[in-house]
Amino acid sequence: MQRGKGMKFVGDSRIKQGPTASRIPKDYSEYPGRTEAFWPNFLLKEWLAGAVFLIGFLILTLAQPSPLGGLADPTNASFIPLPDWYFLFLYELLKYEFASGNYIILGMLGLPGIAFGALFLAPFLDNGPGRRPQQRPIAVGMMLLALVSVIWLTYSSAAPVDWEGRAEMDPPVPPSDVQVEIDTEHPGYAVYETSCLACHGAELEGTAAPTLVGIDYSAEEIADISVNGIGTMPPDQFTGSDEELEQLVDFILSVNESVEE
Amino acid sequence: MLQKIYDWIDERIDLQPIWRDIADHEVPEHVNPAHHFSAFVYCFGGLTFFVVVIQILSGMFLTMYYVPDIENAWRSVYYLQTEVAHAQIVRGMHHWGASVVIVMLLLHTLRVFFQGAYKKPRELNWMVGVLLFFVMLGLGFTGYLLPWDNKAFFATQVGLEMAQQVPFIGEQLKILLAGDASIVGAQTLTRFFAIHVFFLPAALFALLAVHFILIRRQGISGPL
Ligand code: HEM
Repeated sequence: MQRGKGMKFVGDSRIKQGPTASRIPKDYSEYPGRTEAFWPNFLLKEWLAGAVFLIGFLILTLAQPSPLGGLADPTNASFIPLPDWYFLFLYELLKYEFASGNYIILGMLGLPGIAFGALFLAPFLDNGPGRRPQQRPIAVGMMLLALVSVIWLTYSSAAPVDWEGRAEMDPPVPPSDVQVEIDTEHPGYAVYETSCLACHGAELEGTAAPTLVGIDYSAEEIADISVNGIGTMPPDQFTGSDEELEQLVDFILSVNESVEE
Repeated sequence: MLQKIYDWIDERIDLQPIWRDIADHEVPEHVNPAHHFSAFVYCFGGLTFFVVVIQILSGMFLTMYYVPDIENAWRSVYYLQTEVAHAQIVRGMHHWGASVVIVMLLLHTLRVFFQGAYKKPRELNWMVGVLLFFVMLGLGFTGYLLPWDNKAFFATQVGLEMAQQVPFIGEQLKILLAGDASIVGAQTLTRFFAIHVFFLPAALFALLAVHFILIRRQGISGPL
């Protein structure tokens, strides 16, 4: 099988070459292997592998509905931004001293630039004839180093994040569709006003802290959060009596109930 | 009937060689998992393409409901999630596919790298591949903003602040992407939408075409 201007494309480092042998690799027809036609023989098997992959993929999508947070609120100052997981390693890099502050350009462009530039130019940096990993220890070593760094950075960025807490702080509640009725006569309202209003807003709409409308907590959980905090909310926001706590929880729940109707 | 239509077209444009050119090639033993199980590593490129096809199809259906403006973007996604039949599955496929495609790309890149398959004469195809990787990352970055929820908004704000710090062109780069020097808002969303569904897919298709043509011309690399 010869193509074009006598070019041959298939390399093989398994076959020892004599002193006069050229570097031009041999092509498939020189290997007495079990070559088979793509159409239809191979394709008939290949679609099976594709089907297995598709089933696995669909099981994933069915088991894990795709997440949606609350409508973006640019005034929400308490939201801690995080990129999608495959950018976390770049994000984490910027937390190192040598890659932030005055050195931000190094962390943002320098190091990733060198790494991705080297990846782009890999065929020219690693231009020896040998294809096997043990014949090119430098290239393989650098790649392993880069891989370990990326995995480590991603891990150390993701491990301390409270993913469930983040999702709970930012529930998908349609904003203007809800008619919030605030009963200022409610005995819990006064407690809310002193303890919670500053951060959660006059209509529970959330300002510095997330909205309390459409939350999915039981009375006990709300009472617990008021006293002990959650996520970035510090503890002891509420410091009154048990009776007041009960009134407060009742008030928050009643607003939520009025919304659900 | 079908045969007649085929013959009619074939008579005019000599169809046979075109599709035979795509269909007729040999699959050598060393890449065939039926003969050597470890050859499954050669499937990664094909599986990446498979996920890309899933992304394109699910994305096309998502745009039937998605509205790229800041008043309605989030609401349209919420509506899709809660009201539209099977839309949760379609969005799920697009959402998880975006992650799976990165994983498959990484595996494919590592296969090519550790086998030294980028060596002469495949240097060009490797570089096309790295560009494909960047395009996919760009699609991930722009797509992340589109639901317009808090995590999308604030992640994009950080990303754009970083773009702004690029020496010399930072300011221009940010304005190009965000539509404004300081506001991340309505302009940003429409720009990201345009980049996500028109600019980057166009680059993706062009690069994929080159990638596949080069693979057919050069054949797959030989056994190690
Ligand atoms: C959307 C992205 C991509 C798709 C759909 C894709 C698809 C493919 C397919 C189907 C093959 C045939 C062999 C195989 O499946 O392993 C292949 C080969 C190849 N790919 Fe990719 N690829 C993509 C991205 C990349 C990237 C990111 C790189 C490198 C950085 C790359 C470099 C190569 C090279 C050098 C070959 C030839 C390997 C050989 O002959 O052994 N590709 N690609």
